[in-house]
Amino acid sequence: MTAQHGAATASFSVGGLLDQLGAHFLAVRYIIVPVILVILVIGVLEKPGLQERAADLIRELRGATAGRVLLIYGGIRQVTVALGIPLGGQASVVRPLIAPMAEAAARLQQPALGEAAAQEIRAHAAATENVGAFFGEDVFVAVGAVLLIKGFMEGIGVEVSLWKTALWGLPTAFCAFFALWWRLRALDRRLARGAA
Amino acid sequence: MALLDFRPFYWVTGAVLAAITVQVACRRGQRRKWTTAAFWGMAAALYLGGDAMSHRTAGALVLAMMALGLSRCVAPAPAAAIDRRQRRASADRLRNRLFILPLLVPAAAIVGSILLPRVQGAHWRLVNPNEAGVVAVSLGALIALAATLRCTRERWTAPMTEGGRILETFGWLLFLPQFLAALSAVLIQLGVGNWLGAGAAHVLPAGSPFAAVAGYCLAMAGFTMCLGNAFAAFAVITSAIGLPFIVRLHHGDPAIMAAIGMLSGYCGTLMTPLAANFNLVPALLLDLTDRNAVVKAQIPIGLAVLAANIILMWQCVYRF
Repeated sequence: MTAQHGAATASFSVGGLLDQLGAHFLAVRYIIVPVILVILVIGVLEKPGLQERAADLIRELRGATAGRVLLIYGGIRQVTVALGIPLGGQASVVRPLIAPMAEAAARLQQPALGEAAAQEIRAHAAATENVGAFFGEDVFVAVGAVLLIKGFMEGIGVEVSLWKTALWGLPTAFCAFFALWWRLRALDRRLARGAA
Repeated sequence: MALLDFRPFYWVTGAVLAAITVQVACRRGQRRKWTTAAFWGMAAALYLGGDAMSHRTAGALVLAMMALGLSRCVAPAPAAAIDRRQRRASADRLRNRLFILPLLVPAAAIVGSILLPRVQGAHWRLVNPNEAGVVAVSLGALIALAATLRCTRERWTAPMTEGGRILETFGWLLFLPQFLAALSAVLIQLGVGNWLGAGAAHVLPAGSPFAAVAGYCLAMAGFTMCLGNAFAAFAVITSAIGLPFIVRLHHGDPAIMAAIGMLSGYCGTLMTPLAANFNLVPALLLDLTDRNAVVKAQIPIGLAVLAANIILMWQCVYRF
């Protein structure tokens, strides 16, 4: 509401720009609130060895590779988001659980995993979370993107069906999963060669 | 009206930021102590007193924070020694109980985002449906925090000493997502988006249905990369290119265009450091020395899905 109000008094003066910047910043303060609160929990849990325990779990599995661990997570993430279940997150799940699991899986194959390779695995863990969340979200009717599309199109006088919009997110969702599979397979191959 | 909005969570966040300020100001061996403390203090003020201050004061505080960050006046906490043996020992003692605690956050998010919006009466509701997701995750984090402190028997100051330390390593980049979101909103209000959108429409050949689709998808991805936000790009590009070229000129289906167009914007989100909360914050969370490592890992996926989107839309938007 405050941002809308600031918009009404838009002007090109320095003071006007400061007003707008302040109003918009205050209106979007929520963006980082969950991250800050979740990091407090994760910080306390890492002290007694959460990441170590996540890695233990993977060592008990056979046939686990970094790419497979990430692909399974990406698949679960995409399906659950499409069903409207917000399971996951960079701070709450990827840092404490998924990234250490993928690293532990890679160490099963390459016990002397270098720091550069470990960083590449972690970067792919973050990428998996993003790809899964983005391309699952558009399939679910009751969340941001699909509602925003409908609202915007109605606003400019074009009627679109909620279900049709969500349904046409599906082909891209499959393509994104395929692209993820291709990238993670390449990651596994690089790790197996010890080249990453 | 909603009974539970973002305000209590802003106060908690503000209290956390204020505690970091005190922690920094009282710490021995902290580099750039006073500018760092001033930075966290201003952040705390924006969260605790944001609703009471004028927009101009808030804008000035935001600019001052970004200036301190860019001039490298905000330093992280000195590195703490990690006791690997103690971690190993407590990991073996707590075993799988350790997993239940962090999973409380997504569990609460799931239950909360389903249940919270349903609690309502004739003239009131518990939360606004648009805000339910953020409220549920934040509530879940607070519940998980209480359970964690009880279960691990860590001291009550542990969230600040351990979690606060992680936040301090983020420094000014923690607030970059909000800053960029606010900045792109200001730019859009100044009409920069419409001006660029009109320019993009100008260079597009009018006669080709394929060029309309390719131009629309590429502009969605490109604009999203410039703004860091697919939703903002969607409004501008759909009215500048999508509707006039694909729907009106070539009679394409608006629902298919909008769905795949938005997803083309998401491809742009994967490929830009300006989408800071998706690409930059995780790089910090995962201790990556290359802050662009997440973007680099995502660029091939973004390009591949964008190409798939163009082909999909070209084949489907004029047919169904």
